[in-house]
Formats: sequence, structure tokens, C-alpha cells
Amino acid sequence: MYENHRLGLLYISPYIIGLLLFTAFPFLSSLIISFTNYDLINPPEYVGLDNYRYMMDDDTFYQSMGVTFAYVFLTIPLKLAFALFIAFVLNFKLRGIKFFRTAYYIPSILGSSVAIAVLWRAIFSLDGLLNNFLGIFGVEAISWLGEPVFAMFSVTLLRVWQFGSAMVIFLAALQSVPQSQYEAALIDGASKWQMFTKITVPLITPVIFFNFIMQTTQAFQEFTAPYVITGGGPAKSTYLFSLYIYETAFKYFDLGYGSALAWVLFLAVAVFTAISFKSSKYWVFYSGDKGGK
Amino acid sequence: MMNKVFPNKAALSADLKNNPMLRAEIRKQRVGATIRYIILLFFGLVMLYPLFWMFSAAFKPNHEIFSSLSLWPKEFSLDGFINGWNTGTEYTFGRFFLNTLYYVVPKVILTVISSVIVAYGFARFEIPFKKFWFVTLVATILLPTSVLLIPQYLMFREMGMLDSYLPLYLPMAFATQGFFVFMLIQFLRGLPTDMEEAAQIDGCNSYQLLWYIVVPMLKPAIISVALFQFMWSVNDFLGPLIYISSVEKYPIALALKLSIDVTEGTQWNEILAMASIAIVPSIVVFLIAQNYFVEGISSGGVKG
Repeated sequence: MYENHRLGLLYISPYIIGLLLFTAFPFLSSLIISFTNYDLINPPEYVGLDNYRYMMDDDTFYQSMGVTFAYVFLTIPLKLAFALFIAFVLNFKLRGIKFFRTAYYIPSILGSSVAIAVLWRAIFSLDGLLNNFLGIFGVEAISWLGEPVFAMFSVTLLRVWQFGSAMVIFLAALQSVPQSQYEAALIDGASKWQMFTKITVPLITPVIFFNFIMQTTQAFQEFTAPYVITGGGPAKSTYLFSLYIYETAFKYFDLGYGSALAWVLFLAVAVFTAISFKSSKYWVFYSGDKGGK
Repeated sequence: MMNKVFPNKAALSADLKNNPMLRAEIRKQRVGATIRYIILLFFGLVMLYPLFWMFSAAFKPNHEIFSSLSLWPKEFSLDGFINGWNTGTEYTFGRFFLNTLYYVVPKVILTVISSVIVAYGFARFEIPFKKFWFVTLVATILLPTSVLLIPQYLMFREMGMLDSYLPLYLPMAFATQGFFVFMLIQFLRGLPTDMEEAAQIDGCNSYQLLWYIVVPMLKPAIISVALFQFMWSVNDFLGPLIYISSVEKYPIALALKLSIDVTEGTQWNEILAMASIAIVPSIVVFLIAQNYFVEGISSGGVKG
């Protein structure tokens, strides 16, 4: 709107300074640190690719990477499917829709806090709420946090529990699907399911994609829940990558290796995101396209 | 717009009495609505039960917490709150509450000010390499923060800011959370510029435009930004974990982690009482301002 270039630069200058100082500089520094051994006490020592070579034989690295991908692939489809399902149920002339929307949204406001992680521990501990509930049906106490598979399940469930924000975005998208489309389909004798899969889903693919990208970026970085609920255990079954980075750098003060791990995570997420964006050409339809490119 | 199969309700009810097909359709819709209510109630209860249970457990004596599923304490006890509030440390939980505010408040204020200024620049000015800057903005949203963590820690260490709240809020003065800038830009682009043009003709400079015209119009979006930043900052755990080391400076997040480590799952009533207190501010803020959350999230799209 305004032609004054210098004034525009002035307005975004805080952003540029912040970008250089708190993003670009640390981003490149961590790459440099990853080629060193640094323990905060002795000066950093250049070791070339040693940290990366070490990583190739590091069982914890593979374990942690595997667990992280498992976590992402478990939570994201479940969370998005559930969010879409509830949004679909809510998208109707119902009394009290606002009430339900609020109720479903609250967990995603609170979910990432330590308080909720603590609550999760109370629910899934051996003498916890869930085992008490199952006890009513004569089910013997299950060690939810003591068995690798169950521990992963408990941590996963906490993320799925926070589906509310994705749901609200879906709901807004569903409400903007033009009614004329449904009416036309109805006249053609389409069933409810056909309407959903052939009209609703294609029209909201941009929103599905948006939710997918935002949710995966966050899931790759999950830290609080496994750290507080399981501490990464048992047998590193919930040792997500951000825990490994944190402990390497801030518990064992191996900042060089920690940086190398962080860069590998960054590359993994970057590749994953790039693939997602590439694939979006084939399944995301922006209004104006006639069925993809 | 709701899911409305029949566009004309009035004509529908007139036809209703003598059209069995339509009556069947109405009945079908009623059944459909009932099924929807049942689904919503069922999942709503399953989802919120843990929260209600936590609040009730806070009022139960320790031995009762896991012995019944009831939400109503058989034996009403405030021990959890009293002992939990006093904590195992020399500080009360109130101290940890205040500590949390010491960085959450500056964080919210700095985020709002810097993000509004930068978003205004992006949305209303021609800027050299604007596309490039905008791409970096989106890229920072997707960048995993763990790749920045170690060098940032070293920077703040160099500046002598460890064990203070500065590392937690100082970066916010530079619009470092691209997400909020992005959200405000989207909002600003949707606003008409004729008011600004008129004021410009009347001799307003760009600062006056920003302050007297843009900020008032942006108000709902600004409130959304402030609310989301408040929630995320209160919930943030990794930041304080890395930068805050002395117990006297602990925020709620670290204090809760400490209390569960110290008691190792024996004093659940204390832990759950403090966890309940910890989430009350967020719940109250959310219930008061929920429309801003819903609008913020559905216009800009928000993580959570």
C-alpha cells in the first residue's frame, strides 16, 4: 500500500534482527558445534564428522528415532481422524453446539502442561484410575507405564486427547462447504457416506493438509509428556528424540553430540515436510483447480 | 451455516401434515440428532472425566483417591491443598505462581507489540526482498526448535542471563514467533484499507495510522495472540527446565515436576491439588475469552 521502502524495512526490522540473532545464527552455530566436542568446561575441540560417525553405531539413536516416528505415525492419523469425526458430528443444527465445542477444546488448551502430564501419571500408574476402573470388570491391574507397548499407548493417548484445536479448524472448514453442493448431490440420490467422501473431504483437503503439517511439526518435538510421565522408559520405549537431545546436551553436557542429534532431527523433519508438500499436489485441491494439477 | 438439507423450513412445515414422505424424513433427522447427541455426550464425558476426577481427587484424603471412582469425596479433606501449597521446599506454591507471571506477562506484552509492528510492515508496505522475508517467516514456523536450543543456551550463558527469566522472554521482543506474525498478517490483509487511506490524506503519518486506526481494528486478533501466548507460556516446560536452576525462581511447571519427583507418587492428593490449582487460571481465561480462541484458531489456524 505504501511505497516507502525504508519505512517498511523499519517496521519489519525487529523481525529481521530476531531472525538473524535468535534463529539464523543459532541454526548455523549448531551445525558448527556438531563438528566439535564441547562440554561447557573445556573449549570446543574440532572433531570433524566424528559425532555423526558415532551416531551410525549408536543404538539409542536408532531406538529414539524409531520411537519418534512411531509416535508421529500413531498420533497424527488418530488425532486427525477423531478431530474430523467429532467436527462432522458437531456440524449440524444442534442445541448446545457451543457447549460441546468448548468442552472438546479445553483439553488442547491444557494438554501440553506439566499438570496434565502429572494427571496422566495418576491415571495410568499401577494403582491408578484406569486400573481401578478396569478392576470393576475383573480385569487384573495392568502395568500401563511399565510395559513398553502400553507406555507408548499412554503417552500417545495424551496427544490424541488434545484433538480439540484441530477439530475447531475442521468445524470452521465444514461450515464453509456450500450447501448447494449437498443439495445437488441429494437430488442425484447420493448417500450420506458418498456425500462425505465425494464432496466434504475433497473440499476440505487444504484444511486437512494444514492440520497435518502443523500437527506433525509439533509431534516431532514432543517433550513434556514423555519426560514427565515415563521419563522415556521403560527400556527407552518412549524415549522421544527431543528427550535424547535434551539429556545429551543438558544432562551429560555433550553439546557437540547433542547438536549433531538436533541437526539429524531437523533433516528428518525437513525431508518429511518436503515429501508432504510434494504429495499434497496429488491429494489437496485448492478451490479453482479442477481436481488437482 | 449449518447442515440444512431443506432450504425452506416454512414450506416444509406446511407440507408436513399431509406428506408421509416428509414426515419420515423429519423422523430420520430426529433420530440422527439423537445419535449425534449420544456420541457427543459419550466422548465428552470420557474426555472431561479425568479433569473432573482430578479436581475431586484434590479434595479427597490420600487413601481414598484410588479406592473409588466417584467424583464426590466420601471424606472431604483440604489436606492436599494445605500440604501441597506449603510444598516440600521453603517456598509456598504462591511463590511459584508469581514466578510464572514474572516471565509470562512480559512475554505476552512483548509478543503482541513486536508482532503487531512487524505484521503491519508486512501487510502494508513495499519492502525489498519481501517475498524472501515472508518465506523465512513461514519456515521458522515449521523449524523444529530443538535445533536452536543449544546455541541459544550458549548465547544466553555468554550474556550472563542463565537462571533468569530473560532468555524466556527477551527473544519475543523481536517477533520471533512467526506464527503470531503470520496470523496478524492474514487478519490485516482481510481488513479494508480505505480508513487508513482517508487518514493518510488528512495528514496522518504511518505511526499514527498504526496506533489510531490499525490497532483498534486489529483488536480481536491482538487479543487472540495474547491469549494463545499466555496459554503456551504458562504450559511451557522445556524453556524453564533449561534456563531456571534455582528453586526460588521456579515457575509452576518446574515446581510440579519437582513435587512429583520428591514424593514419587505417594502424596497424590497434594500433587493433584496443586495440578488443579495450576490449570485453574488457564481454564478461567479460556472460558471468559473462548470466542477469541475459536476465531483466532479458525482464521489463522493455530497449533495446540
